[in-house]
Amino acid sequence: MADKTVAAALNPQKKVPLMQWVAPVLVGWLIPGAGHVYLGRKQRGLLLGVSILICFVVGLMMRGAFFEPQTGDLLTTLIYTGGNFANKMVGLPYFLATWLGYDQTDVAGHVHDYGTKFLAGAGLLNVLALVDAYEIATGKKD
Amino acid sequence: MPKIALSHLETAILMALLISVVLGVVTRKTDKERLQYGVLCFARFIGTIFGLGWLMKLGHG
Repeated sequence: MADKTVAAALNPQKKVPLMQWVAPVLVGWLIPGAGHVYLGRKQRGLLLGVSILICFVVGLMMRGAFFEPQTGDLLTTLIYTGGNFANKMVGLPYFLATWLGYDQTDVAGHVHDYGTKFLAGAGLLNVLALVDAYEIATGKKD
Repeated sequence: MPKIALSHLETAILMALLISVVLGVVTRKTDKERLQYGVLCFARFIGTIFGLGWLMKLGHG
């Protein structure tokens, strides 16, 4: 038992080459679901991509706002900086929307508010997809 | 870009569906398990939505 613990401490987990996972994760970030397609998991990639894009497009159609990073107290920093990170994690659709001039200000109303959550939620769902793509690329998962 | 205005319930159900699909796809190993887990997640979301909805209604009297 003790020998196994010592052996585990002396032999840390084998490092996975960077090139093995960078491409699928990068592609998956830019185009939701594309990381899985790149790795040959077309159906799963398609399901992920369609779900995430629907989430994002519904957010736009509900005129949700993108988060702008703000600092101040912990909660403000967490919500606005984290929200901005979540928005950006959806990849190209986010950059395309901002490039095409989508600029909804944060206004009162439950529809706008839900839209904002859909936009951030799409990015967070893509983070899950990216972690899955990473695990597939590194052989931790099929 | 057309504008839509979903109700609270429609929004919650749509969000539950999308999250369930993603969770089903990324957390299980076989297609059957993915489908089962996705359906289970969705059912739990819907149960929670209606459960909390009734709780709030009853709480308000």
